[in-house]
Amino acid sequence: MKPNAHYQNPALCRSLADRIAEMAKGQIRIMEVCGTHTVSIFRHGIRFLLPESILLVSGPGCPVCVTDQRDIDAFIKLAGQDNTIIHTFGDLMRVPGSSSSLQKEKAEGRDIRIVYSATDAIDTAMVNPTKQVVFAGVGFETTAPTIAASVVAAKRMGIDNYSIYCTHKRVPPALDALASDRDMHIDGFLLPGHVSVIIGRKGYEPFFQKYRIPSAIAGFEPVDILVAILRLVEMITEGSPALINAYPRAVPENGNATARKTMETVFDTCDARWRGLGLIPGSGLAFRDEYAHFDAQRRFGITFPETCLPSGCLCGEILTGKITPPQCPLYNKACTPIDPVGPCMVSSEGTCAAYYNYAAGDDG
Amino acid sequence: MKKDRILLDHGSGGRMANRLIAEMMLPLFNNPMLSRLDDGASFDIPDGRMAFSTDSYVVDPIFFPGGNIGDLAINGTVNDIAMCGAVPLYLSVGLIIEEGFSIKDLEAILRSMSVSAEKAGVKIVTGDTKVVPRGAADKIFINTSGIGQIPEGVNVSGENARPGDKIIVSGTIGDHGITILHQREGLSFDAQMKSDSAPLNHLVARMLNITKNIHVLRDPTRGGVATALNEIAAKSNVGIRIRESDIPVKKNVAGFCSILGLDPLFVANEGKLIAFVEKQHADDVLRTVKEDPCGRDARIIGEVVSLHCGKVIMETAIGGERIVNMLTGEQLPRIC
Repeated sequence: MKPNAHYQNPALCRSLADRIAEMAKGQIRIMEVCGTHTVSIFRHGIRFLLPESILLVSGPGCPVCVTDQRDIDAFIKLAGQDNTIIHTFGDLMRVPGSSSSLQKEKAEGRDIRIVYSATDAIDTAMVNPTKQVVFAGVGFETTAPTIAASVVAAKRMGIDNYSIYCTHKRVPPALDALASDRDMHIDGFLLPGHVSVIIGRKGYEPFFQKYRIPSAIAGFEPVDILVAILRLVEMITEGSPALINAYPRAVPENGNATARKTMETVFDTCDARWRGLGLIPGSGLAFRDEYAHFDAQRRFGITFPETCLPSGCLCGEILTGKITPPQCPLYNKACTPIDPVGPCMVSSEGTCAAYYNYAAGDDG
Repeated sequence: MKKDRILLDHGSGGRMANRLIAEMMLPLFNNPMLSRLDDGASFDIPDGRMAFSTDSYVVDPIFFPGGNIGDLAINGTVNDIAMCGAVPLYLSVGLIIEEGFSIKDLEAILRSMSVSAEKAGVKIVTGDTKVVPRGAADKIFINTSGIGQIPEGVNVSGENARPGDKIIVSGTIGDHGITILHQREGLSFDAQMKSDSAPLNHLVARMLNITKNIHVLRDPTRGGVATALNEIAAKSNVGIRIRESDIPVKKNVAGFCSILGLDPLFVANEGKLIAFVEKQHADDVLRTVKEDPCGRDARIIGEVVSLHCGKVIMETAIGGERIVNMLTGEQLPRIC
């Protein structure tokens, strides 16, 4: 399997790992914020190459995993409405709500469709004018612009039966919440490549200036990740924190201004609830008044009772890297991919799923 | 056929049904055992052990690059029998057709079943056709069952893997599953993918001709290579080590998987096999596999070890290590 031979060059990876080992003094904790990084690290066996002194901890960067239980329940509630078609990305299907999942609802006969792009949902809305088509909006700055573009297009085309249940979230406020947590001991952040394509290196500047924790934007191939870790280890050992872009082939300094403008046209920032992390100020996206018509929550008057995490579920500790999945009492016992308690176990980018699938219960 | 659609009458068992069989099926599947049109086929059986298998085919879409549901239904059961180390002999075919199905499409499917059976050297000796009301089935479902003869001295089973065995995969993995996904979802990647659907019985015969010391044969269909290897590791109570850099994957399949967050190790194949071969015969068997049209890209991807029993461990392309677990449910495309 050699799709990206250069970025998976074994000799290069080995020499990068050796330089990391030479450079690292004492224990270093690096958080990979993004779920795609977590999976890539496991899938390529990167931990195996690194010295024991480098501890990689997984952060809250799997969008499905940080979706609040109430929002999952809202998707399920919407799916149960008559004449409603739910569109979702595949990751969300198996995520357990309080009493069901979209996958189980689909088996019950609800019309729930997996799509690859929000524009597919617009097509569905156009060919089903008597039905309500709701898109389950989950994701970070990576997906939010495409969702916003679909809303702008729907408005322009006068499509009235399309709406979004928006749980989109922003990464920098979550970094802020992590860095301000006194129980967190993170020496460096591996910043998400996809999100950075949109917000650019500059998007993290306020966060970096506030905390001055070494931070590196990284791509997803093994060489990308190892280069970024090496840069972080250099900064940490030399005591010279910086915010660097180690993924320049994809991430421009200022990100993608067009995508951000589309996102800002439709959405304003708001406070948002993150599963396991609670309310993070300014971390969510809410519809602006001009586009409020497309807000499924308002359109269908969705309300929900307070829910709490299932007993024993330590999603919050796992999503903030305070513990590893094998330290959760439910992991690989009450919570498995077949019978999950939390989304981290079923999302393809969830930390628990990564441990289960690639480390088989071992501690990484 | 004057009408161009299947009607409920075609499944009635009466004149319309007889005509469908006489005009469309007998000419294609012609053999004395079938043309007697008895309730079942009767034939002599050779001495020794037989293999018997059944599978149902519900693929959507029914036509795809590289094949259709018809040849898949023949190849699939032929391969299941071949993976028992047997020479496939006779097949049954059960058709469940949705009312209103295009007769032209049915003919195309039956024709490719006939071609595949001919290619595999098996006879379709008995069959059944049902027509169900519109909506009660999705276009057409096919069940095939088959029997085959296991040659003297052949003992192939998922329980037979032994430490030291070399693991051969007969070609690039994931081609079928990715082709189907690509077609079904109408994804607009210009990827030129093609299913690998093919009968593997002749390949298996060539391999067994080299040595009878082939311990396990498996066609990694649903669940892919990863699931098949996990099943074998568990059943044989052995450990399996594979090397990522030796696993053949077409560039377009690898690229497609990478974009959608899928792992080719879990993607279905319909014309590939995995063989566990005693170490000293592995190179000879590999050479033979590579001579076969179905095995040109064959590789040795790993071996059986007596450590980490029940687990499959992969040396990653960059020199790391990780577990390869069994597929839990269908792979679903990720968000980003």
